[in-house]
Order: sequence, then C-alpha cells, then structure tokens
Amino acid sequence: MSVILVFLAVVIGFSFWWLFHQKVMEKPWLEHGVHTALPETDVSGMPTAKVALAVFLAVVGSLFALFASAYFMRMDYSDWQAPPLPRILWVNTAILILASVALSCAVRAAREQRRKMTRLALVTAGLATVVFLAGQVTAWRDLAAGGHYLDMNPANGFFYLMTGVHGLHILGGLVALGRTTVKAWDDNVAAEQLRLGVELCAAYWHFLLLVWLGVFVLLAGWAGDLLALCRQILT
Amino acid sequence: MVDATPRAERDIPPAEVPELELYHPKSWWTTYVFSQDAKVIAIQYSGTAVAIGLVALVLSWLMRLQLGFPGTFDFITPEAYYQFITMHGMIMVIYLLTALFLGGFGNYLIPLMVGARDMVFPYVNMLSFWIYLLAVLVLAASFFAPGGPTGAGWTLYPPQAILGGTPGGQDWGIILMLVSLILFIIGFTMGGLNYAVTVIQGRTRGMTLMRMPLTVWGIFTATVMALLAFPALFVACVMMLFDRVLGTSFFMPALVEMGEQLSYGGGSPILFQHLFWFFGHPEVYIVALPAFGIVSDLISTHARKNIFGYRMMVWAIVIIGALSFIVWAHHMYVSGMHPWFGFFFATTTLIIAVPTAIKVYNWVLTLWRGDIHLTVPMLFALAFIVTFVNGGLTGLFLGNVVVDVPLSDTMFVVAHFHMVMGVAPIMVIFGAIYHWYPKITGRMLEDWMGQFHFWVTFVGSYAIFFPMHYVGLVGVPRRYPEIGEAAFMTAPVDNLNAFISVAALIVGFAQMVFLFNLVWSLRFGKEAGPNPWRATSLEWQTPTTPPPHGNWGDERPVVYRWAYDYSVPGAPEDFIPQNDPWPEKVAARPA
Repeated sequence: MSVILVFLAVVIGFSFWWLFHQKVMEKPWLEHGVHTALPETDVSGMPTAKVALAVFLAVVGSLFALFASAYFMRMDYSDWQAPPLPRILWVNTAILILASVALSCAVRAAREQRRKMTRLALVTAGLATVVFLAGQVTAWRDLAAGGHYLDMNPANGFFYLMTGVHGLHILGGLVALGRTTVKAWDDNVAAEQLRLGVELCAAYWHFLLLVWLGVFVLLAGWAGDLLALCRQILT
Repeated sequence: MVDATPRAERDIPPAEVPELELYHPKSWWTTYVFSQDAKVIAIQYSGTAVAIGLVALVLSWLMRLQLGFPGTFDFITPEAYYQFITMHGMIMVIYLLTALFLGGFGNYLIPLMVGARDMVFPYVNMLSFWIYLLAVLVLAASFFAPGGPTGAGWTLYPPQAILGGTPGGQDWGIILMLVSLILFIIGFTMGGLNYAVTVIQGRTRGMTLMRMPLTVWGIFTATVMALLAFPALFVACVMMLFDRVLGTSFFMPALVEMGEQLSYGGGSPILFQHLFWFFGHPEVYIVALPAFGIVSDLISTHARKNIFGYRMMVWAIVIIGALSFIVWAHHMYVSGMHPWFGFFFATTTLIIAVPTAIKVYNWVLTLWRGDIHLTVPMLFALAFIVTFVNGGLTGLFLGNVVVDVPLSDTMFVVAHFHMVMGVAPIMVIFGAIYHWYPKITGRMLEDWMGQFHFWVTFVGSYAIFFPMHYVGLVGVPRRYPEIGEAAFMTAPVDNLNAFISVAALIVGFAQMVFLFNLVWSLRFGKEAGPNPWRATSLEWQTPTTPPPHGNWGDERPVVYRWAYDYSVPGAPEDFIPQNDPWPEKVAARPA
C-alpha cells in the first residue's frame, strides 16, 4: 500500500498548503461590526473547469496508485510470472508522447490565437491518440497470440486490467478532445473559450501520459529494481 | 478585535465570481424529473436513499426475528439469513448513509449555505443522481435474480464471496452487487466533484472559508475523502468481477471445492481486505464528518450560543479526515498480520480519538450555559452526542489488538459499530430533517409526532444495542443464524436476544410515524415562515421559502460575518444573520 500512501501524502500535503493560503488562521468570532464596505471574495480567479479537472485528476491518480499498490503487493509472491513485454509498447509510448507534444503546441497556438495552427495540432493529437489505442489493442493480440491469456496468471491479469483502464480513460478524453476540435472549426466560439478547452485537454493528456509511463515502468518489470534501489538508499 | 479600518469605497474589489448560467427548465419533466436544480436532485437522492433504506430496515427485522426466536420462522434459512445480513449492511452504509449525507444534504445545503445559485456543474449533478438510481435498481434487482442476492457479508471477502457455497456466489447475486457498487462510485464521483468544487469556487462575496458553517466543512471534507477512498473499492470490485466472470485469480488462491480442484490459483484474499478497508475505514468518517458538521450547527442554533472553538472544530474535521487514511488495518487484526503492523495501526487508531474528543468537548462547552431549547432537532443532536461517546468508547476497546482479538467476530463488535456508525449518524439525519424541513417545504413537522418519534427511537436503540454489548462479551459470535447448544447460550442470553428483537421491531415501527409525519405535514403542518429557528446561516435568509431555482432572486447575498453570531451583546435580536452588516449599514452597493 506504499504507493497509494505516498500519493495521498502528496494530495493531503497540497490540500494543507492550499488551506494555509485561505486565511484559515482568522478568528471569525472577533469580527464584530467592523464592516463599512462590501467584503471581498476569496474565491480564486481560476476557471472553475480547471479546478474541477484538478480534483478529477486527483481521483484518477488515486485509482492508478491503488492499482500499483495492488500490483506491488501481489508481486512479492513466489509464483509471480510477468508476461513478456510486447515490443509495440515502445512505439505506443512514443505515439502518446507525440500526442502530448501536439497538444502543447495546440495550447500555444490557442494562446496566440492562431486558429489554423490550433486545428492542425488538435487533429494531430487526436489521430496520434487513436493510433495509440489501436497499438494497445495490438499489444493485447500479441500477448494472446503468444499464449498469455488474461486468466493464466495474476501478472497477465494486471497487464490487461491496467492497460484497459488506462485505455478507457484515454477514450473518455477523446470525447472531450473531439468536442474541442469541433469548437476550433466553429468561428462563433470565442478565442478565450477555445483556449480553456484546449488547455483542459492538454492537462488531461499530460497527466495520462504520466500515468502511462508509470504503468509502463510497472509492466516492464523495472519497478522491482526501482524498489530495491529505493530500499538500498533508505538503508 | 481585528483590524477595524473602514475600507474606502474605491478599494472595493469588483465581484470576481462570474454569474452561473442557469439552465431554465421549460417543461414539467425538466423541472421535477430531469431537473438540474440541486435542491430537486437533493430530494430525489434522499427519497431514493430512504426507499432502499426501508428495505434494509425490513431485512434487519427478519434477522432479529431469527436471532430472537430461532427455529420459529421456517422461511429464514441460513442462506436467506446471510443474504439479509449482506444486503442490510451494504444498503445502510453505502446506499443510505453515504447517499443521504452527501447526495441529499450536500446537494441541498452546500449551494444555499455558501450563497451560490446552484452547483457549479448542474448537468453532471443530474447525471450523478440518475446513475445512483441505476445503481440502486441493479442492487434491488438482485433480490429477484436466480439464486437471490449475494450472502457474502457486507465486506464481500473472497474467496467465499464467489464460491458456490455462498448464496449468490455462483449465481447473479455477487455480479449484480459488484456492478451496482461500480455504478455507485461512478455516480458519486460526478456528484462529489460538484460538491467539492462548489465549495472551492462557488462561494459568494464575503464567504471566506473560515466563515462557512461547520455543516459545509463536514460535507466538504467528507466529499474529498470519499473521492480519494472510493477508488479503492472500485479497484477491488473490478478485480473481483474479473475473478468471477473472466476467471482471473487476483484474489482467488488455489482451492478445492467439494473434492474438485478449481481453476483458480495464486490470488491473494488479503489483498482484497487491504483494498476494501482502505476504502472501508475512511467510509466511517465519510458518514461521520457530515454528521459532526450538522450537529454543530443544530446545537449552536438551538442553544442560542456561538459554537465553542470554531477554528479547532474545523481543524479537527480536517485532521480526522487525513488520519482516517492510515488506520484501515485495525479491521484486519485477525488476518494474521505482523504484530508490528498491529501496533502501528492501534497507535494511529488511538490518536484519531484526540481530535474526535476535542469535538465532543466543544459541543458540550457550546451547551454550557446556553439557552437550550429542547426542540426535536435539538433532542436528536443531544442524543447523537451521547450515542457517539458511547460508541466511541467501545471503539477504544476494539482499537487495541489484545482486546480486539478475543472480541473480534462477536456481537460486541456489532453493537459497537451500530452505535457509532448506525445510530449516531441516523440521529443526526433525523435532527437535520426536523431542522431543515421547514426550509424545504415551508411547513413545520408536527411536534408531538416528532417527540414521540424521538423518544421511542432514542430509548429503543439503547434497548437494542446496550444488551448486545453484553451478549457479545459472554461470547456470542456474530454472523451465525442459529447458535444452538453452547456453554454461553444461557437462559439470560436467550431472553436478552428475544428482548432485543422486540425492541428492534418497536423502533422500526416508530419510523412509520416519522414517515407519516413527513407526508402529513406537507399539507397540514404549521406555516413555518422563512426562518422559524431564528438561525444565522444563509439558507434561512432566502427571499422566498421554499427557495426557487436559482435560490437568491436578483442578487446573491453578501456575507459580513461567520455563521454563529447568536446572543451577541447589544444586537437588536439574539441572532445576526450572516448577510446582516450590523452595526453599520452599508450606504450604497456598487453595481
């Protein structure tokens, strides 16, 4: 359970940091009758959608941290047999990085209000992501062709489950990306609104890329070495 | 006194919160059924939760009939008993308490109390309810599935949960249960995003975090915890569903069933327990924190006194929330864990008693020399404090490994968690309904029915759960439909079991009076007016009662003070609403 605890420590640490910046040391019971003017608001100027995405990504992060925790706990058993890593995963990783880079370009283009460039970058990101998903399915087929079915070994189960859940999240993101791309073609949509949409997509993609890198490290079996290294450093 | 320098007119910052674009319903369907108004969604959530909760209540009667009068009722077979116990537990904890506190009270109170017009994403909020309803329907469908609902116990421990010997294990029961839980979590995440982000982003001018009523603090913290903890249940459910349907072995070790080697092998049941309780323990506080918050507001309002130690109360809520993530394994002392782990988790468990005790002291000190009005909501709030202390004290027993090991799996544990997590939050729910019903409907609940409901419920629940501690101490195990001959099954224990069962039936029927009151007062209750309890928080200051879609008329309220200005010396009345700039009136409001 150490992965989820580390993740939660980060989230809780951030929450406390945020709380400390919200005047939580005020003494509201001493504030009698000092107001001759309208009080100001302390709500942040950040767009609500961004805050919501941040909270949602914390939930997604918690989900994958739990999968990783379960993976580590199960890995310690002696009968653990990891399936071979399909080669195509390397290609897929590169393609997902490409999608993230494309979305970064889209954010830049949207900030500079260059519509054409934004459209191009969004479409590139979308296509790259679709190719990534197709690549993941190919990886599954490779494994199955090699006789590594879902129910053969818990390690296989984790492989299909984690790639599957990650793929589902990407698929959900594609819906949002699709809607933003449609907006980019609609000239009635204000530049501000488009920019927000593109930024949200980019944040989501970067986060899922990060999650994928974590999943990839786990599935490639480097996690054990990493863990051993951590232990060595600690002791 | 803080800095009292008046602000010059030109320093007034412009309103930074943009107005929410509200969806304006055009037909009856979009106004009352597919509504995006948080208040309607709250009532839908509450109605659904209470409806499925009544099913769980009936199940508890059936269990008590079996335990009190074993062998009398033929239709309660051991299999049926396990199904009752499982569905009762799961419904009460998740589909009733969690849904009612967060989906019901959260939806109704958060926007009103922070001065928002609605939740920040009304459409997602609506989806949240409909997915919750679907989850409840899937759960209820398992009663009619071949083989009936699952009988795995509410903790659904593998491997027994998906084996043929457990009711529903190889039928539809467990599948429907897992699917229903997965749906619930998806639906909750949609709602939870709304509750949390509305508190962060939707507050009106002047509503700083430290001016929020403790109800909002409780619901907000519980929501954040639930958002982080429910994924653990999600992971556990998905993996178990894979084990059951696709034949993977995440949790299933190699087993021989009825002389046959099953195809499972290599899974770890303990892994499930870790995942389940990583959700399960925060769940206790997901239910308790909103109750803590609501009860603070009830006590302050009905004792006409400001809450004692507001800042400490807020921090206690936040710290309990954080600590509750590192105590989960105290549910697993008997799973064969390393003694050092047991020691660690016993320590964290006992530490969490500190902020909890701070809260209890502060409630008692709020009551101290207060002008206590023994209204029905106040009675329920007082009953909560007493019950929570009772349940909390037995929690100190069970938090210690050496005491827990012999008491584990006895009725003592059942008595403990029903006191602390069943009776106590339910008391708050009742108190809260009596308190806010006038705002929701514009009419008061009938008082004598409320008094009757309170006394029967309060005395009755002690009649049920106090003797149960003793029954557990003498060694009666939990989860057994029938014990038969045993050294500890003496005549007094048999009599106590029968007594508990009769008390449970009486308390159950008293709830019918409450339900009747809810319906009857809708039509015949006394007119409440906008603020019958003379309370300070914003929901009582709406221009119309019940508040319409959008809550506030033309202009959102502006907040000048915290929510607890009761009995302020020199004030014209014994309460000052949060949006009242007393003693100085604001001359002109900038547009």
